Amino acid sequence: MRLTFREVMLGVRRSPLLSTLSVVTIAFSLFAFGLFGLLVLNVDRALRGVEEHVEIVAFLADGTLPESISAAMGDISAFPEVARVEQVSPEQALARARAELPEFQDVFDASFLPTSIEVRLKEGHRDPATVKEVSQRIQTYPFVDDVRYGEDWVKKLYDIRNIAGAAGIGLGLLFAAVAIIIIGTTIRMTVLARSREISIMRLVGATDSFVRRPFLIDGFFKGIIGGLIALGLTWGTSALVSHNLIQTSFFDTGTAILGVIGGGVIGLLGSALSVGRHLRRV
Amino acid sequence: MIRFSHVVKEYPRTGFALQDVTFRVNKGEFAFLTGPSGAGKSTILRLVIVEEKPTAGEVRVSGIATSNIARAEIPRLRRRIGVVFQDFRLLEDRTAEENVAFALEVTGSPREGIPARVSRLLTQVGLASKGTSYPKELSGGEQQRVAIARALVNDPVLLVADEPTGNLDDRATRGVFQLLRDINAAGTAVLMATHNLELVKRNTYRVIEINRGQLVFDSNEGNGVPGAASSTTTTTP
Repeated sequence: MRLTFREVMLGVRRSPLLSTLSVVTIAFSLFAFGLFGLLVLNVDRALRGVEEHVEIVAFLADGTLPESISAAMGDISAFPEVARVEQVSPEQALARARAELPEFQDVFDASFLPTSIEVRLKEGHRDPATVKEVSQRIQTYPFVDDVRYGEDWVKKLYDIRNIAGAAGIGLGLLFAAVAIIIIGTTIRMTVLARSREISIMRLVGATDSFVRRPFLIDGFFKGIIGGLIALGLTWGTSALVSHNLIQTSFFDTGTAILGVIGGGVIGLLGSALSVGRHLRRV
Repeated sequence: MIRFSHVVKEYPRTGFALQDVTFRVNKGEFAFLTGPSGAGKSTILRLVIVEEKPTAGEVRVSGIATSNIARAEIPRLRRRIGVVFQDFRLLEDRTAEENVAFALEVTGSPREGIPARVSRLLTQVGLASKGTSYPKELSGGEQQRVAIARALVNDPVLLVADEPTGNLDDRATRGVFQLLRDINAAGTAVLMATHNLELVKRNTYRVIEINRGQLVFDSNEGNGVPGAASSTTTTTP
């Protein structure tokens, strides 16, 4: 192992420019990947934010007894899909309407507004089918006049989330593949620069795994360094956008660490592909 | 030690490099491999060190048929073969000692024994005082001696030399050739490809001559005319 590390360090010392170029290429490939990840993260968070507003509103018949309302709220709270149940009195509804819609400023009477129950669902239960199913369950109470949940809106939102999720995975894989190819090509230059050494190693009877090892370690560490630089650049860009344009979210610590390790793995894979190809040819 | 049985080597682009070549080099034998440029000498050497595999026929080295050899087994076989090239193939940024030690290190020799072994090998090739010199600081003959020392690190049973004196002047040629003779005298078989017909004629070793991919003369078999194929080519004394 000591020899392997010595060979790695020798490679870096012998061609510092090539090593720097490799790290910079890895860093920029991962930076592009990181920016894309940031975009996906923020779009996802924005959609989640919108999704949190998915709400079922049950309008109750006039004269419904408070005990019945309490009992129903207790029942509905116990539904596994339900996160929160809230009763909205006509007065509260009017105050809200006045605050949200200026034209209601002139409405002084809450008597025409019904009492309602607002039901928020748990994350993972906000898809159109579940929302509809819970709504139908709520509709079965005899004192429930009407149930609204914006069927079309929920369906559209869910479709957008699905499309964004699929596009995120597809483009993410594409970005990762491009990053692996670019990194692999850069590492291939390092391999070619040391092809004489590789041919001598093989000639004297070094095993393929022995020849491969320094390149894999080299690729992994370059990937890690490139990943750290990419993380710094992505953070800088995120901070810049947050400061000047719109508030953005950044990756949590776990994701950031995973990203840097991912850089190392991509470096490792790129090296493995390049050296493997070279070894098959010599 | 080496056995070629009806060996054919064909390259997709350039066609046949060897056609129906059969010969055998025995344990401890010294054999010259001669022939004009492009005759197929290097192909034979590449087949011996398993850089290539035959298209047809069989190549056996140290009892192992190279056509069926597993990739993982090739390094083990190569450790039994020393290889020397015309262009020395030394690592320019390492000293003579480091070049020799490198071969020991990459084949997993115990670290503590390496300095003594390197020193002994450099003494054997007459370079005891040049261990810390870089290849550029050495003459061609000295560089070839370092390459030979490196080829000997694993005590090979066979030494394959591809034009080892091709880049050397007369004096260096004599020195390097004497070294190869000494190695052979110690029991290592030597297969030496060369253009140097003078060197071949001055010595009584076996001659295998290749021309246009075919074996045209083998002094052990007594067939053909030695040097017939090479007589039209330029030779270095």
